[in-house]
Amino acid sequence: MPADALQLLVNGLMAGAVLAVPAIGFTAIYAVLRFPNFAVGGMATVGAYAGWVANTRAGWPAAASLAAAFAAGSAAGLLSDWVALRALRPSRGGTGGALAAAIASVALNIVIENAVRFVWGNDPRGYDLPVYRDWRVWDLRIGPQQLENAAMATAAMAALFVFLGSTRTGRMMRAVADNPALAALKGIDAERVAMLATALGMGLAGFGGMLTGLDTSIDPLTGFRVMLPVFAAAVVGGLGSVPGAVLGALVVGVGEELSLLVLPPSYRTAVGFVAILLVLSFRPRGLLGERAY
Amino acid sequence: MENYLLAMAVFAGLYALMALGLNVIWGLAGMVNLGLAGFFAVGAYASALLTVRLHWPIPAGWAAAALAAAAIGVVVALVTARLRGDYLAIVTLGFSEVVRLVASNEIWLTGGTDGISGIPGPGRAALSALDYNLLYAGLVWVAVAAVAAALARLSAAPFGRVLRAIREDEVVAAVAGKRTLVFKVQAFAVGAGVLGLAGGLYAHFNAYVAPDAFQPLVTIYVVLALTAGGTGRMAGAVLGAVLVVALQEGTRFGADVLPGFTPVQLAALRAGAIGVALILVLHIRPNGLLPEQVRHHRRAP
Repeated sequence: MPADALQLLVNGLMAGAVLAVPAIGFTAIYAVLRFPNFAVGGMATVGAYAGWVANTRAGWPAAASLAAAFAAGSAAGLLSDWVALRALRPSRGGTGGALAAAIASVALNIVIENAVRFVWGNDPRGYDLPVYRDWRVWDLRIGPQQLENAAMATAAMAALFVFLGSTRTGRMMRAVADNPALAALKGIDAERVAMLATALGMGLAGFGGMLTGLDTSIDPLTGFRVMLPVFAAAVVGGLGSVPGAVLGALVVGVGEELSLLVLPPSYRTAVGFVAILLVLSFRPRGLLGERAY
Repeated sequence: MENYLLAMAVFAGLYALMALGLNVIWGLAGMVNLGLAGFFAVGAYASALLTVRLHWPIPAGWAAAALAAAAIGVVVALVTARLRGDYLAIVTLGFSEVVRLVASNEIWLTGGTDGISGIPGPGRAALSALDYNLLYAGLVWVAVAAVAAALARLSAAPFGRVLRAIREDEVVAAVAGKRTLVFKVQAFAVGAGVLGLAGGLYAHFNAYVAPDAFQPLVTIYVVLALTAGGTGRMAGAVLGAVLVVALQEGTRFGADVLPGFTPVQLAALRAGAIGVALILVLHIRPNGLLPEQVRHHRRAP
């Protein structure tokens, strides 16, 4: 029925907007540091819990708690990158082969997930938010919380595009992503840009982790569960491309919802994997290619 | 206590097999495979289903486990053949999650999250628990020795040389006239087959398989084993696996001494320790305890 499909399309676009935030974080780190940093999953969990503490313990509203989630993801991301990954980066000629940093980031993910589990246990936690009744627009049902999440995600993305497009620091980041050798020639400090990309990317992961938990609940595996869709969004759009991550996230978000027409809901996360395989078979560099911006 | 030690010997052997499988794919051919848990699961379910539902003999189940995982390995290798390492890491990691998703949801086939129980073991009914564990530990280590010897020959043979050439520079290997795709697919199939065999052996020892056993943490254990032991050398893979199981079990006893923590906290500490260990090894000894020996040829004067 077309009405159902339309409903799923709307849901998918809202979910895709939320997914786009951590996907941009993942792809931005890749664009500058040239390795897939799987620790985005861990940072999404860190952000979700930091936001939960701010929201339920300190009583902050959702928007302020999201800022706390960004800050926590950013700080934890920078710290853990400095301690665990920096020396292994491909650009620093890491000794364990090209993917040592990527493998270390998988291990880092396990460490972070278990640190969160150590402090807060396995029980799911919910945010303290007012409950709204769904709105009805024509035949569509729209959850105010989902809409608000999508709106906050869109606001974060708009801020990011302004930052990358029209600030000096943003242009520096794009320059390094585009051509590190040329950027170095122009006197851009690659290490500072790498730290900036990590702080920004992991902050977005933390923000996205809390956003995905807002309308359900969070637990130590929250970040891990969004990892596959996040990778899918980044790869489908073109690994390293920020607009690509947005497009990829919308494709994956809508794809996951539309899959409900033909598949049981438990297979939703497999949609991202299928999307990766399809895109890599026909457009190995993703829909928008690998240019950063 | 003896029973426990023998069970640990079995698990060390299973990890050794998995590390050997990864060594062909990653150590020799240089292809990152973060989907180890997936291939292990395919083998475990294949053997469990064939022996429980269709009453195949257990050795036939093991053979089927290796073949099923190898077949899936061929498919994964063909799909990912043209991808760079970072994409391969993402796709294989996703693959293992999809395997777990299928195992959790196709209840008619896999029993869903309840898993499959009552998987037969060779002579389990006739033997005491201790004798059974002894028999199984012997069996697993015979498999480890056989696989390690076979792979060491393969690695020294021209086949192994081509794989190492592909690992170092695929374009050069192709220019030298090697059909690199064929070699990469073969390496993936062999490695995945060994991972599947480990899965089959696991299923019949444990008598029970469920999706929970195939978490990504398994992949981390195996990558840690191979990295710590030394990629490229078969002896390194085996040594690393023994060390990883010793660490995993050592932290269990360490956890007993720490008072005042909940079981969840202790489990979190132990799993976290494995992650920390892998990060440390990558920094301190990236080539492992038994690094691959590279022969340098001097040009004749």
